Amino acid sequence: MDLFNEARRKRLEYTTRRHFLKKCSTGLGGIALASLIGPQDLFAKNLSGNGISDTLPHFLPKAKRVIYLHMAGAPSQLELFDYKPELEKLHDLDCPKSLLEGKKFAFIQGTPTMLGPQHKFRQYGETGTYISDALPHFSSIVDDVTIIKTMHTDQFNHAPAQLFLHTGSPRAGRPSMGAWVTYGLGSENENLPGYMVLLSGGSTPSAGKNVWGSGFLPSEYQGVQCRNSGDPILFVSNPDGMSRDIRRKSLDAINAINRSQFEEFGDHETMSRIAQYEMAFKMQVSVPEAMDTSKEPEYIREMYGAKPGEASFANNCLLARRLVEQGVRFIQLYHWGWDMHGDFEAASVNQGIKMRCDEVDQPMTALVKDLEQRGLLDDTLVVWGGEFGRTPMRENRGGRVMPFYGRDHHTEAFSIWMAGGGIKKGLTYGETDEIGYYGIRDRVHVHDLQATILHQLGIDHEKFTYQFQGRGFRLTDVHGHVVNDIIA
Amino acid sequence: MTVNFRTTYTRGVLFSIGSLLILTLSCKEQKIDFNVQVRPILNKSCITCHGGVRQNGGFGLIFRENALGETKNGKIGIVPGHPEKSELIARINSEDPELRMPFEKEPLNQEEIDILTKWIEQGAEWQQHWAYLRPEEPEIPENNLKWGNNEIDDFILEKIEVNGLKPSEEASNYDLVRRVYLDLTGLPPSLDQVADFVNDDSENAYEKLVDKLLESPKYGEHWASMWLDLARYADSKGYEADRAREIWKYRDWVINAFNDDVPFDQFTIEQLAGDLLPEPSLDQLIATAFHRNTLNNDEGGTDNEEYRISSVIDRVNSTWEIWQSTTIGCVQCHSHPYDPIRQNEYYSSFAFFNNTSDWDVPSENPVLKEFEEEDQAKLDEIKQWITSRSNSSETNKWERFLRTGEPKLRAEDFTEVKNVVHHNRSGQDYMELYNGSSIKIEKVVLQNIDRIYINYNQSDEHLGNLVISTDSVGGPVIGEASLAKTKGFKNLQIKVLTESKVADLYFQFESKHDDYSCTIDGLLLGEKLPGDKDSEYEQIYAEIDKVLKVPGKYSTPIMVEKPKDHSRKTNVFVRGNWREKGDEVPIGIPKLFNSEEKEFNNRLDLAKWLVSDENPLTGRVMVNRFWEKLFGVGIVGTVEDFGALGDHPTHPELLDWLALRFSGEWNWSMKKLLKTIAMSSTYRQSSQVTDDAKEKDPDNKWLARSPRIRLSAEQIRDQALAVSNLLSDKMYGPSVMPYQPEGIWNVIYNNQAWITSEGEDAFRRGLYTYVRRTSAYPSLITFDASSREFCLSRRINTNTPLQALVILNDPAFFDAARNLARQILLVEGDKEKKVIAAYRSVMGKIPETDKSDILVKLLEETEAYYRDHEEEAYELAKSDDLELASLTVMANALMNMDEFIVKN
Repeated sequence: MDLFNEARRKRLEYTTRRHFLKKCSTGLGGIALASLIGPQDLFAKNLSGNGISDTLPHFLPKAKRVIYLHMAGAPSQLELFDYKPELEKLHDLDCPKSLLEGKKFAFIQGTPTMLGPQHKFRQYGETGTYISDALPHFSSIVDDVTIIKTMHTDQFNHAPAQLFLHTGSPRAGRPSMGAWVTYGLGSENENLPGYMVLLSGGSTPSAGKNVWGSGFLPSEYQGVQCRNSGDPILFVSNPDGMSRDIRRKSLDAINAINRSQFEEFGDHETMSRIAQYEMAFKMQVSVPEAMDTSKEPEYIREMYGAKPGEASFANNCLLARRLVEQGVRFIQLYHWGWDMHGDFEAASVNQGIKMRCDEVDQPMTALVKDLEQRGLLDDTLVVWGGEFGRTPMRENRGGRVMPFYGRDHHTEAFSIWMAGGGIKKGLTYGETDEIGYYGIRDRVHVHDLQATILHQLGIDHEKFTYQFQGRGFRLTDVHGHVVNDIIA
Repeated sequence: MTVNFRTTYTRGVLFSIGSLLILTLSCKEQKIDFNVQVRPILNKSCITCHGGVRQNGGFGLIFRENALGETKNGKIGIVPGHPEKSELIARINSEDPELRMPFEKEPLNQEEIDILTKWIEQGAEWQQHWAYLRPEEPEIPENNLKWGNNEIDDFILEKIEVNGLKPSEEASNYDLVRRVYLDLTGLPPSLDQVADFVNDDSENAYEKLVDKLLESPKYGEHWASMWLDLARYADSKGYEADRAREIWKYRDWVINAFNDDVPFDQFTIEQLAGDLLPEPSLDQLIATAFHRNTLNNDEGGTDNEEYRISSVIDRVNSTWEIWQSTTIGCVQCHSHPYDPIRQNEYYSSFAFFNNTSDWDVPSENPVLKEFEEEDQAKLDEIKQWITSRSNSSETNKWERFLRTGEPKLRAEDFTEVKNVVHHNRSGQDYMELYNGSSIKIEKVVLQNIDRIYINYNQSDEHLGNLVISTDSVGGPVIGEASLAKTKGFKNLQIKVLTESKVADLYFQFESKHDDYSCTIDGLLLGEKLPGDKDSEYEQIYAEIDKVLKVPGKYSTPIMVEKPKDHSRKTNVFVRGNWREKGDEVPIGIPKLFNSEEKEFNNRLDLAKWLVSDENPLTGRVMVNRFWEKLFGVGIVGTVEDFGALGDHPTHPELLDWLALRFSGEWNWSMKKLLKTIAMSSTYRQSSQVTDDAKEKDPDNKWLARSPRIRLSAEQIRDQALAVSNLLSDKMYGPSVMPYQPEGIWNVIYNNQAWITSEGEDAFRRGLYTYVRRTSAYPSLITFDASSREFCLSRRINTNTPLQALVILNDPAFFDAARNLARQILLVEGDKEKKVIAAYRSVMGKIPETDKSDILVKLLEETEAYYRDHEEEAYELAKSDDLELASLTVMANALMNMDEFIVKN
């Protein structure tokens, strides 16, 4: 048995006994720890042979991996997906009292006016789906995606709502969806982290790194942020003057000493450490390679509108596809700047939102098409959306008229779209009332979305728990129903 | 009790097997032991559906009265004395799959059924879970083998022998000295320190060393880390803007408390309720910053009350986790699924923390100000003046008033407001007032009140007028002030004159201009200064008003209790939803812990109870935390949970023995506790493992050898700096920002930057590194440090490629390697000499030959390489010296050795 396998086996024995079987109520730990020791494809493997776990996946998965495109700041559904001609007629009229009673808003005070849609809508595709003029590229793939118009959440402030969406709890400190998924399924690639995060738009999301944190799961399941400048992953490059040759020699020395240490003390962690150093060495090559879009053919880069080296959403979409090809399990993109309150031009739902759409429309469309043409869309789930929606009322912060057209935070209705990974094609799911204020048919809560994503990966969200502070925790807390109607 | 534990738990946590053993031994004659025999069956097979939350069929097994009651179908689950009438027994025996329990699961085996039957026959007595029973003085075991240095070893040896193992030899002097330095001070010994110990032939050389380390100021710095994880200490507030928080004085307080060996009872009381002690010192007030480490949400548009409540919830949960290892968080929404704690009892605990005057505002008020010298002189003068005319208690009260400007009366304390807009979303905390606005506050105690302070802000050019009257608007006027334009908030004092002792107060704002407006953030009642006959009286008052206005040099958030007549009521939140208030609840602890129905009034009562003799848990919980730090696994493995779902102690008698000493003859001294453990032979064993021991005890549960534990994030950093002679000795003060790569901090709505510290501040211990919650220091986080959002009882040690990349490539670590190489360069002799010197610098001992051969080979190969690649050598070593380059490569390899980042 070679060193790697020896280390894996030892680690498996060790960790299983000491930690995971105690921690993980479904016995998922057996699978989960696979990524500890050098991720491998345990995706559809049944480990019952060695008596650790035969419970994962809970059922046949449709998706093997996820690309989650998060529009941080929360885009307005009323300018993009949820066409409301009635709202247009109400434009500039005072909001009826009945809509305000008992409601809490982040900024609206007193009586705001109604704000009609600020972009034109047209019908596209065989399905005749209404899409805003702000998304000219996306309109070409409406027949390939499911649009959910009735998303709703519990939180109307950015940081808590982002945490709620990605960790299932509005308070910091819980594991993110990507951490849960890599904990449960491991990675398909030995040389790359299983959970990677890419940022664009000039800032981290409101909830900071907590939205890709590992919470109470071991720290190795936290998302690894890929940076647009400097090392793509922190400390992946050797120090100046340390060639790969010398690094190899020094690793050989380190490993040899460690092996001698293992012979003396018989500690399995030592063997595991040797394996980890070998993996680090491989990552030093595989990470920069995966992150280098310059090797992509020109026409592919053009398709996305990507320019190598830029911290753009376009570049990140292209990277996401490259990482998916390498078997990275969960890829999280954040594009910041969708918080359109109307306080300045770039934050208006007419001009501002168009600027943001110009940044994301082409690349997100290209991503779906590119995955499709490579045969990857079938088992890759793509999700696009913000953390909440926007009000049909115009924001009037402090009771004053804002300089530009803007909308306040809104929990009751927002739109997202999903593609691939066993999700229906050409479906519009759920219906909101005439002004897009509230879902009136087929409402989908954030916990339902989480349950559905896990379901597509073959995981029963109610059974997937982790023991912490005396109780089993799950991504969906004690809520969530799989939205079966959108599953192909 | 003790006897039963011993026989059952020798094989650990496999409850069902344990119960089988007991059964075959004792079932026929002896009384069934609920904790040992029955509870494990209930926990394993019944509680999920018939617990405290889910009570399927109306049957729950957490509380006896529930279990004995009528179920939904009218049958009775358990009839004491009558198994034949008990539905439970009928169901577990049933052959109908629709009826048989556990439903759709493996049936109970015959032994389990017999236990339950016998138990009901004997009266179905419940017994409290072991952790809720007070520890009893255990008997010290007598063992065959003569081994050990103190009682710890007697307990450990007993289990070692029962499990067919043998204790290990004492570790070599070199391993032992490194281990005890790392454990007690967090740092490795220097070469001199190693030599001092190794060359000390006296019989008590080791004890002298332990004593010396416990007296070292490094001790407090190291152990503070453990407590700061629990206290969720950080330098920022969390959430979106994640702005800076100035609370490092609390961190320094913790370091000092460890170094001064503040007894744990005092340590507890001061942190939870220092402000409620008679005449609290400034240090005792800083200690209360402990619970001000909760997150604050400064994001625009957030509800201040929502996040205040969220902080209070965190304080409740953290307090119970830290001192009691009791997980109470789930009781927020419903009664405890596994432990006998009811939902309303959670809110009784909540009431302890629901009455402080902080509430999620950006200012973080109340804060304790530390003044610039000039202002401090003024304060000293005032204090002296008061002391000479009154007493120390009066002076103490005035000093707190002047340093905090609290407790203020805020919007929530106003009984009635007219024409007032309250801006209470985060980023804002003020009331907007207009011509004709009024505020009523009911039943204000006016006895001894001399003036009222308002903090107001007015951009309006027009003059406003504030009239304070009692009884009604237009009632007797007791004070008046005119309000002119200000530049920002201004503190205004209004003299009040009244005979009333208690009265309803009315604040009426008027102006001749209809569009007049101003804002205020609250009202502060000022007591009468003693010495009113004195000629300097007004002058001192003027000084007081000045001091009240000056900003502090440092401002530390602390706890300040709201005045009694304005205290908050606490209600149950229905299903945990704070907007849906249920019944009002009294302040108190769960009944489970309070069989004597003792009365509780405030946080101080809670703190005192936590460290009282009546408390069964605090001593055990704390000794277990220290044990876990030294041995890697606690006597109770789940250090955070001693409840029904937690692990059982591997050595229950040892746990009790230590807990009773800790709270008894050692008088809560943490140093005495640590010394006793460090002196034990158990602690001093070698960590080498024989095949036999590995086979019999792969997890080292019985401690027949010393564990090998990876060092903590802070230790790994500190050690690299220490062995390369870069580590700074500087203690205390604002947190520092050592090197981190560009672009890590990129947070919206906050332009605060990471400004790399200069000079020795770049090389301080990891404990002083600035912790920003949403973007913690990368290399510390990679090694499993906490980002401090929540109380963290134990860090999970991971072993990942990202960790390898940190020590291999992080410039901070590579600098350390280069610095070590520079020192080795000065060593005279051949490569082997240099290798030996370098290895000794990091490990404190001479390397085994095979290791030095490996390193010599590495030196030779790299030197050969760099001879052909001089430019690379220059880049690497920042010097023309080729040898320095190869030595740096070797030093870097040394710092990546498993043995270097592990405590043997």
